[in-house]
Amino acid sequence: MRELLAEPATRVRLDVARLRSLDAASAALLLELRDQLRAGGSEAEVSGAQGRVEAILDLVASSARGVAPRVARKSPGLVEQIGRNTAQVSAFALEVLSFTGEVVAAAAGALRDLRRIPWRSVWSLMERTGADALPIIALITFLVGLVSAFQGAITLHRYGADIFVADGIAIGVTREFGPLMVAIVAAGRSGAAFAAELGTMRVSEEVDALRTIGLDPYPYLVLPRVLALGAMVPILTMLGDAVAIAGGATVGVLGLDLTLASYLSETQLRLTFWNIFTGLIKSLAFAIAIALIGCKWGLATRGGAEGVGRATTSAVVTMLFSLVIIDAAFTLVFYAWDI
Amino acid sequence: MAIGFHGQVLLENIDFNVRRGEIFAVLGGSGSGKSTLLRHLIGLDLPMRGEILVDGHAPRLGSRVPDCGVLFQSGALFGSMTLGENVALPLATWTGLSAREIAVVVQSKLRLVGLGGFENHMPSELSGGMKKRAGIARALALEPALVYLDEPSAGLDPSTSAELDELLLTLNRGLGTTLVIVTHELASIFAIAERCIMLDRDAKGPIALGAPADLRDHSRDPRVVAFFNRKPAGGEAQA
Repeated sequence: MRELLAEPATRVRLDVARLRSLDAASAALLLELRDQLRAGGSEAEVSGAQGRVEAILDLVASSARGVAPRVARKSPGLVEQIGRNTAQVSAFALEVLSFTGEVVAAAAGALRDLRRIPWRSVWSLMERTGADALPIIALITFLVGLVSAFQGAITLHRYGADIFVADGIAIGVTREFGPLMVAIVAAGRSGAAFAAELGTMRVSEEVDALRTIGLDPYPYLVLPRVLALGAMVPILTMLGDAVAIAGGATVGVLGLDLTLASYLSETQLRLTFWNIFTGLIKSLAFAIAIALIGCKWGLATRGGAEGVGRATTSAVVTMLFSLVIIDAAFTLVFYAWDI
Repeated sequence: MAIGFHGQVLLENIDFNVRRGEIFAVLGGSGSGKSTLLRHLIGLDLPMRGEILVDGHAPRLGSRVPDCGVLFQSGALFGSMTLGENVALPLATWTGLSAREIAVVVQSKLRLVGLGGFENHMPSELSGGMKKRAGIARALALEPALVYLDEPSAGLDPSTSAELDELLLTLNRGLGTTLVIVTHELASIFAIAERCIMLDRDAKGPIALGAPADLRDHSRDPRVVAFFNRKPAGGEAQA
């Protein structure tokens, strides 16, 4: 075939009369050769086909006719790329704005009439996002308290300041690690579940079905999730703080020869209203962000099961990114206000 | 009426009316815009031009169309609720019935579609045909005068599909419910539809309107003839 193409004759007859069978790939190659020869100016034909060979050649030829020629995609230039990305970002910003507006309207409506909130759904979500998350939260925060205490002890022990491990853990856990670790677990566990659930409802037309029944998905689906997570994450954070302090105390008592009473007494000094309050405010903001982002991505899902997977991944990435931004913003504000 | 998205017209010159108590079918091949038209009819999207009137009222975007029920292609039952809760939801939302009264109505609706005793089953425990029946029960919960059905036979075997057609005929004759059915199933069209409108992707609009048998026997439009004789449109030109 390569020789034929390299030095094409003016007239080529591809005689397949003696072929008894032919597979589809060979038929496609044969027809491709004929077409290339014709394109090069030769008079080419496939002749002598009979029976099954003729049938498969006809099938391949007819299916090829229905295929639109593939147009090579021109890679976009820099200006076009900037334009496209700007349009995408603007569209996304508009979507977020519209989503926020819908949620605010739903919240305002619910405040006017609390019976509009599906409380049964809220209780069930509180159980799923709160009580069911306790074991994993306890394990992770205990280990964070333990590891942080070890890290602090290495330095503080050199200066004979072992007792300050308790101060470091109490402040670090209540203001920073507790809220952040609980929020990360909530994002991976509940936020991802919100995106997947709502995404599945979206692609299986359940969200449309809700609308045709006359139920707005924002008060019916989004608001209960925001309320449930907003209520449970601060509670989980308080419990996580306590377990992380217990992790730190384990290191203090077993590794640093501190007494439990002295460790707890030092911890108590640092458990001030502001240390606990700033952590809880952060955790509430984290919870609302996680719920809104999970619901936003879920309700924006397109394209079947694959779309649900994509939406869930995007939701978790956006949540983690947002947690860091919110955390940094709060820290700066608290620093500026000296609290 | 014209419908489309992002400024691009998908279908135009759509003009038809459905009579009270009629079974009306919206036909067309895949990608012809049948389901998109349905989304507009049930108020999930707004037309670009023109208007839709249901009993004199235009559907509002994202709101329930009064006196209408909808069966979605997949059934769209709420997966976290039992069948009984699915059917009860519209009743609990829109009527002042007590829980006991709702339970009675739910039982009667499920019995009507042949699912009596399945109140406590979850949608995941049902076959495709049963999900469609349960979806119809939910669509009928508020006794609507008009029910839209999106591809009710899709994914069902011929026997289940025929049973569903029989059920739809019974609902239409027994309750006087007007049915608008989006479908491309010829057997269903001839079995139950009194009139139909046929959409075509290339024509970007309707290409035929009338009784299915009339269109099959008398239409001269090659696309309509091809559809009713199940041949690829333009197939003769290729041969």
